[in-house]
Amino acid sequence: MPDPSIFSFLASAAGAVSTEGLKAPPLNFIDWSILLIYLAFVIGIGFALKKYTKSAEDFFLSGRSIPGWVTGLAFISANLGAQELIGMAASGAEYGIMTSHFYWVGAIPAMVFIGIFMMPMYYGSKAKSVPEYLKMRYNEPTRVFNSVSFAFMTVASSGISMHALADLLHALLGWNYYASLVITSAIVLAYVLKGGLSSAIYTEVLQFFMIVFGIAPLAYIALKDVGGWSGLVAKLQSSPQGQGALHSWAETAGTANPMGVPWYGILLGLGFVLSFGYWCTNFAEVQRALAANSMGAARRTPIIGAIPKMLFPAIVILPGMIAYGLTSDTVAGGYSIPIKPDGALNYNQVLPSMIFHYFPNGLLGLAITALMASFMSGMAANVTAFNTVWTYDLYKTINPNKTDRDLLAMGKYATVFGIVAAMGFALFASKYNNIMSVLQLVFGFVNAPLFATFLLGMFTRRSNGTGSFWGLVVGTSTAVLFHGFSFATGNALGSKGGWLTFLGLPADSLVQFPKEMSQTFWVAIVAFLSTFVVNLALSMVTKRTKTDEELQGLVYSLTPKFKDENDSWIMRPAVLGTIVFVVSLILNIIFW
Amino acid sequence: MDLRLPIGYVFTIYGVILGIYGIVTKSNVEMYSKSLGMNVNLIWGVVMLVFGLVMLYFAKKGKKI
Repeated sequence: MPDPSIFSFLASAAGAVSTEGLKAPPLNFIDWSILLIYLAFVIGIGFALKKYTKSAEDFFLSGRSIPGWVTGLAFISANLGAQELIGMAASGAEYGIMTSHFYWVGAIPAMVFIGIFMMPMYYGSKAKSVPEYLKMRYNEPTRVFNSVSFAFMTVASSGISMHALADLLHALLGWNYYASLVITSAIVLAYVLKGGLSSAIYTEVLQFFMIVFGIAPLAYIALKDVGGWSGLVAKLQSSPQGQGALHSWAETAGTANPMGVPWYGILLGLGFVLSFGYWCTNFAEVQRALAANSMGAARRTPIIGAIPKMLFPAIVILPGMIAYGLTSDTVAGGYSIPIKPDGALNYNQVLPSMIFHYFPNGLLGLAITALMASFMSGMAANVTAFNTVWTYDLYKTINPNKTDRDLLAMGKYATVFGIVAAMGFALFASKYNNIMSVLQLVFGFVNAPLFATFLLGMFTRRSNGTGSFWGLVVGTSTAVLFHGFSFATGNALGSKGGWLTFLGLPADSLVQFPKEMSQTFWVAIVAFLSTFVVNLALSMVTKRTKTDEELQGLVYSLTPKFKDENDSWIMRPAVLGTIVFVVSLILNIIFW
Repeated sequence: MDLRLPIGYVFTIYGVILGIYGIVTKSNVEMYSKSLGMNVNLIWGVVMLVFGLVMLYFAKKGKKI
């Protein structure tokens, strides 16, 4: 996932982050000090952690020694790239409250699920990576299929992240594009090389607080400007979006809502397949939980992360909605969303343009530092996941007799290689903007089949290696085919679907969706179902390859139940998870 | 290393910088017209300072969480 989230993918699917025509007010000495202090601290953290990074286990897994609250915040922070911030503000403006489905229906239930049900197998099996778990549960081909596609995805995502960051710095601050690319990469390289995964996790948590402190004042100032909540409601009701912007579910009986998706499409496509696929199988996320210092902390990791995640709509979606409300009723000199050359609203500029409109110097430097921090930590998350998969799943599989020292050295080479490859990819992406949306789509094809494979692997004994490998192959291809078969109203046929027309299929035989969002949801559902069916069917007609004994700790029913009586009751994953789930249910009802 | 330490330092420093900057620029009406007349640097500086100090306090106390 780009930076690395399906959420930012969905949000920014309408086009790459566009910075054209947007320029920051001049930065002063204070803004610069804030930025430089942050950079000094992240590099300092890398050097401070160097002495704890002696073995390969330290470098790739932080020696499994990090407390739950740290891994929990890193769990959501690894995903909280600036593309997500910019994308969620953009979606808030474009889709209104429905955008919160990405949080309350998408991320939260998935995080509770992985914490309570999947983490006992991930953490308990002592697998060092998601592909390694697949090897233990299924076989070598499944691991190789997953590690190759994942390694490619991480390099491509960090490349896209880097490109977006360099582009933003160039457009907003007038920095040289290539210099921005090299400097930010060098900083990430420095602290990941020194402190490994611990550095990445620690800076991600620091970045989390940077984002909260850098962006949160925006919601308050903008809300005051629009006349409070009632002022916002009044403005949106009289805007072209009307009621659609103010409800999460009330308008979803059919497709006549801002997202163009009925409620079952949201529940199945976004809530079940895409979100569970992303949060439960993406190693860049799961790796954070694997670094936790105990089984209890590992299981709490995603659930602790879910607590602030639930409240994020207030600081990222709300400003977007306010931006739309203010735009539909512009007072001279007031805020309005920038316009594209063709006259349409440029939603991707909502967040930066609001920051520039409302923040004076000082706070401005803080917000720009937060944006920069979020790009860099997204990059670091991908790089640490990449070097682990590269070293353990590809290098060590080919050279099984390597010592811990060799693996540590290879991990460092892989880090350098990963960052250089990502820079190459950034340059590639900067030449072909369209390639980014194509790739982002490819990531979407990979996660849904993977989730089906994990569900069958973790919760049935019957699913076997043959089924899983071919399930992944067929599921991914079916998704690609279905995508070629369908398109969203108004989209050109080609990269965003409908490419089968180039092979001679008549355009009027294609399936048409009202919005790109709904097309994406259905592609995911098709990918999931085809993988699920193929995996199950093939597993039934071929022999079981693993006995119950071999599957112990890998399949839910054969894994000893985790005893958490030693934790205080509130810290038990099931209790904490239930609370989080109920609160997000209540949020859904409040904003019904 | 206790992560609360660097977090505490960063936000204490930011709090002091923004707070002082807010006091120095207090009379600059034009500058704060952007933020609807609120001296956001001073207000937010104080918030960050408090957060930073709380983090440092818990880090020094060495309470494991």
